[in-house]
Amino acid sequence: MKILVCISNVPDTTSKINFTADNKEFDKNGVQFVINPWDEYALTRAIELKEAKGGTVTVLNVGEADAEPNIRKALAIGADDAIRVNAKPVDAFFVAQQIAAIAKENNYDMILMGKESIDYNGSQVHGMVGEILGIPSVVPAFKLDMVDDSTARLEREIEGGKEVVEVKLPFVASAQQPMSEPRIPNMRGIMTARTKPLAVKEPVGAEAKAEYVNFSKPEKKGGVKMIDPENAGELITLLRNEAKVL
Amino acid sequence: MSVLVFVEGLNGEIKKSSLEAASYGSQVAQQLGTTATAVAIGEVHEEALARLGEQGISKVLYDADDRLKQFVADAYVKVIAKAAQQESAKVLVFSNSNIGAAVGAKLAVRLQGSLATNVTSLPKTDGGSFTVTRGVFSGKAFADVALTSDVKIIAVKKNSVEITHNAGSAATIEKLSADLTDADFAAAPKDTVMQDTEGGVLLPEAEIVVSGGRGLKGPENWHLVEDLAKALGAATACSKPVSDMDWRPHHEHVGQTGITVSPNLYIAIGISGAIQHLAGVNSSKVIVVINKDPEAPFFKAADYGIVGDAFEVVPKLIEAAKALDK
Repeated sequence: MKILVCISNVPDTTSKINFTADNKEFDKNGVQFVINPWDEYALTRAIELKEAKGGTVTVLNVGEADAEPNIRKALAIGADDAIRVNAKPVDAFFVAQQIAAIAKENNYDMILMGKESIDYNGSQVHGMVGEILGIPSVVPAFKLDMVDDSTARLEREIEGGKEVVEVKLPFVASAQQPMSEPRIPNMRGIMTARTKPLAVKEPVGAEAKAEYVNFSKPEKKGGVKMIDPENAGELITLLRNEAKVL
Repeated sequence: MSVLVFVEGLNGEIKKSSLEAASYGSQVAQQLGTTATAVAIGEVHEEALARLGEQGISKVLYDADDRLKQFVADAYVKVIAKAAQQESAKVLVFSNSNIGAAVGAKLAVRLQGSLATNVTSLPKTDGGSFTVTRGVFSGKAFADVALTSDVKIIAVKKNSVEITHNAGSAATIEKLSADLTDADFAAAPKDTVMQDTEGGVLLPEAEIVVSGGRGLKGPENWHLVEDLAKALGAATACSKPVSDMDWRPHHEHVGQTGITVSPNLYIAIGISGAIQHLAGVNSSKVIVVINKDPEAPFFKAADYGIVGDAFEVVPKLIEAAKALDK
């Protein structure tokens, strides 16, 4: 089984978010980057399936050279090889077309990625890739198993419940917890990752359809009003008469 | 040209998040000097469809194909694309739900449109541009995004738009048929399991959320969260450690890698307020924090706070909430 896992390189979840002085771009200064946590669920599940059924796991990142440490980390966790499409990921449509182009060349049995990236929170790329390739996209999935060699069974979250879906290979799925328990690379993984292949490819011509023109941060809260715990019921009165939310 | 709103049904009624999308869509239509049409799929009562007039929808296209009662992305996309073509729609509006996001991405490819999800503002349309604001960096920032294609697709963030109630005329209902074939249902779900949501409050749509953390010491104490939620008509939620320890199901986990909520009122009990948790809740209008540690970082993000033992404070809140006249 050939599995493609798409990962993005995102600011660590504890990062303070700042922008450049003109508010046009994210300020990377002093920010630690990690594999998008949602993508890690996809990556570990892919590795688990490979361990159980055989096959290969290829990691794909559409991004610039500064993403390579995290691509190597994905290899250290257990992926076999990696591809980086050397381009700034300007919008979801552009990225989806790059992923689809790689997928067309290589005939993967499944294409997995996280439910969304924690930076742009678009939740768009998986659906777009499925549509471009003309294969099903199951989003967002929290369980993925093989029924037989050509059919997968997924459970997907819908508002207020879940759906069980069976699809023929190939397909696209996006992952969320508890699909798998993300792993920390061990020393052996880190050593072998250095020599695993990481191919750098130039992007295919594709247009972006959304342009980020300005960033801003939410307004700061006015401060907290403390209530005496002995008189906790007072809170309910304030929520009704002052905050007017009850 | 018109604005087309996709509305989702649940138990015959239209979801709250779709009423928000409809209100948003008709305001966009006003801005552009056109009308707003809705397309409805699945099991929705005709009266509920007609009531969309209150949100400024003039016409509803309804595909009553029985097979659409379940969500099947390919089929839904075909129906919406047909409606968009019929109405020459240049702006499509959805709720940023799991279903809305899934069909939005596919439609963006099919209609070669610009897609913005998680949108929190009406578009700015001066000078021929079309720019919306959307939430990014998991609630830590906003971005203004110019949608540059002819067709624009917008998924509106839940609880970020007021539902309008105009005493207008009812929406007219027209049947729509997209000539669906069996192939469109190839990826249909085998099974759909709905959670037992007591009182019918869905967490992503809830106006009030009561959430518990490790400070509650164990799942056996969750009645405190549940009883307060019940008294307030709220949905229940939890922090990541709580769902990781299986005290509560994963679908209740609110935070950066869980669900993002933006209710009017978020009450956090025994949650310290790690930055990852704040990312999931910081667009809530009012935040209440109850924690016995006065140094808990969550107090910095709160509007109201109580430093105290949850086991003593929460019963007092339940009592006071029950005494409120509804």
